[in-house]
Amino acid sequence: MPKLFSGAEIVFKCLEDQKVEHIFGYPGGAVLPIYDELKNHPSIKHILVRHEQGAGHAAEGYARSTGKPGVVLVTSGPGATNVVTALTDAYMDSVPLVCISGQVPTHLIGTDAFQECDTTGITRPCTKHNWLVKDINDLPRIMHEAFEVATTGRPGPVLVDIPKDIQFAKAKYFKPKKEKKLNGKVLNKFNQKEIDQLVDLMKKASKPLFYTGGGVINSGPKASQLLRELVALTGFPITSTLQGLGAYPGDDNQFLGMLGMHGTYEANNAMHDCDLLINIGARFDDRITGKIDEFSPKSKKVHIDIDPSSINKIVKVDLAIVGDVSEVIKSTTKTLKNKNLNLEKSNKQKISKWWQQIQKWRTKQSLNFINSDKIIKPQHAVQRLYELTKNQDTYITTEVGQHQMWAAQHYKFNKPNRWMTSGGLGTMGYGLPAAIGVQVAHPKKLVVDIAGEASILMTMQEISTAVQYNLPIKIFILNNQYMGMVRQWQELLHEKNYSESYSEALPDFVKLAEAYGCVGIRAEHPDELDEKIEEMINTDRPVIFDCQVDQAENCYPMIPSGKPHNQMLLGPKDQEENKITGKGKSLV
Amino acid sequence: MAKSKSAYSIPTKLGKIDTHIIVVWVDNEASVLSRVVGLFSGRGYNIESLAVAEVDQKNNLSRITIVTTGTPQVIEQIVLQLKKLVPVHKVGNFKREDKKVIFKEMALLKIVANVGKIKKALNACKKYNPVILDQTNKSAVIQITALRREIDNVTKNLKPLGLVSASRTGAVAMTRGAEIFN
Repeated sequence: MPKLFSGAEIVFKCLEDQKVEHIFGYPGGAVLPIYDELKNHPSIKHILVRHEQGAGHAAEGYARSTGKPGVVLVTSGPGATNVVTALTDAYMDSVPLVCISGQVPTHLIGTDAFQECDTTGITRPCTKHNWLVKDINDLPRIMHEAFEVATTGRPGPVLVDIPKDIQFAKAKYFKPKKEKKLNGKVLNKFNQKEIDQLVDLMKKASKPLFYTGGGVINSGPKASQLLRELVALTGFPITSTLQGLGAYPGDDNQFLGMLGMHGTYEANNAMHDCDLLINIGARFDDRITGKIDEFSPKSKKVHIDIDPSSINKIVKVDLAIVGDVSEVIKSTTKTLKNKNLNLEKSNKQKISKWWQQIQKWRTKQSLNFINSDKIIKPQHAVQRLYELTKNQDTYITTEVGQHQMWAAQHYKFNKPNRWMTSGGLGTMGYGLPAAIGVQVAHPKKLVVDIAGEASILMTMQEISTAVQYNLPIKIFILNNQYMGMVRQWQELLHEKNYSESYSEALPDFVKLAEAYGCVGIRAEHPDELDEKIEEMINTDRPVIFDCQVDQAENCYPMIPSGKPHNQMLLGPKDQEENKITGKGKSLV
Repeated sequence: MAKSKSAYSIPTKLGKIDTHIIVVWVDNEASVLSRVVGLFSGRGYNIESLAVAEVDQKNNLSRITIVTTGTPQVIEQIVLQLKKLVPVHKVGNFKREDKKVIFKEMALLKIVANVGKIKKALNACKKYNPVILDQTNKSAVIQITALRREIDNVTKNLKPLGLVSASRTGAVAMTRGAEIFN
């Protein structure tokens, strides 16, 4: 007779077979059998968070910095509801997560039992798929399928809800089957004809532009390598979405910087004026496109994406190639080479005018700001952080708001998987737990959360997790005492009525750091900034860095509401000429 | 300056709204219907009618027929989003005007009236394959199969003839000829 295992044992056997090394979680009544089993599986390390949302974001940071799925373990009821924000965040940003939640025993489901909630019902719209395990014999299959669904195609979160009686019940275990069919959900069926069409368009274009996104990162480090090769071979300019930063070197001359609402002047104008737009693994998000009717009006549009539902969702495209980004890029490069089309050389004449135009836009230096020697400008702080950390392999996470945009604008990434930020959902409080996840995966690397003082307070408790596991994350707070992005919108659109965007009471972050048992550093003056940042980098413990910055600074450049890409707001001087009027306001 | 819109852009060119019949083959498992329906409500799509039942006991497959309206872009999204659901096997998409496809709805109509009126009522249903499922000297339950607007008409006409209750299914669809949908 084959050996029978309990549900809890089966969970761990699956995790072992899926090569899971870390899980992020928080115990509770309905998952106690699984927690009891933890001690028998030394290859799996559990990271105890302080709130289940933190577990979810930590797993996201872990997943995004490694390319492996993040695993979360929570209890029923509040444990599950607390993780919903993180699941939704992962769903929006295509991060592979496997969340295991405890549930009340099967016979109590539907009776409003203690800590019962309809977990699969609540998480249905924010996961790729979820399962309520009603029969112990289904558990091994469901667990393996969960990993399969989370990591294949366009990655995303999944949830497995396991009632407590199922965790005790016994069944046979079997290993994952090699090639499971998932109703044909994994699509990589592009053909050479499509690639030929793309190459043809590339050959004809005189104002081409690559627009790359998180899909390149999700396709693995190899995709970034292949992208660099393709960009070099074509000589085309390239811009990136927020999520795609790092796929292409941020300091390369062909890189125009990030595009979108707070993208560079050259990237947005190139987007508007180009005649060939090659979207690789991006999804025409509304923060990128701005006004749809006037989005890149003169271009032929190509969209390369693994998710067929991304095609024509927002912007109608002329050529769609559904497939894995690395495979498509590889085929394109191969075809270019086979046809002996070294576009960089052969096309030089044709696109040289385009590059001249781009250089003209570049002279605007749209990321510039007026620095000060009396007060720390937030942009300056990010620039100094970059200069002082660029010589080592640094991982950056962020919260959400002005600091996030300044980080995206002024921190230059050269490798994929080094930049973890909540883009789609825009979750304040993401960065600290995400930094924990990144540090767990990369214990020897420098991990910095570029934060705002408002965001950080949303998941501040997780610093206690960092202290417990001696994870030397650096929380670099650009402290302006305002919800800066809210304040900025209120300044520009609501006649400076700063309704509830100022925090009248804030903790003393240095003392708070000490209370948590980590290190607090404060910088108040530009003169001391470098020295304090060095001190932070050289501290081998978690650090909360309170960087007190200019309260009134706004994030520029910016596409104001209702304007197309070629009408950007460049800075204080430019604003007078471009006031946003009545109707645009209500719609932001 | 140009009329200000929004960072959340509002399309100015709306496509023509068509009625489509979407047929979805799914694993017959718990909560599969709520996944499909939740997709529609979550993404703001319409459901005009819905019919669902198991069609293959051996392979545990159910067939869901949804009548929906939307611009061509929305209909395309509905199909692509449905295909992404894990329990979904295949998705068929037919325009209501499509001549190659048969659409039918069924209705059970209860008439409470005298024998004369019941006779008239039965006559009014003549074109729609009426079947009398139950009859007493003062009532009748009639089953008809027809298109939605035909049933709409019939029920309107039967009101004066003693129609007291109507129970209707959503549309089901089948292609004509020997071809089967793949």
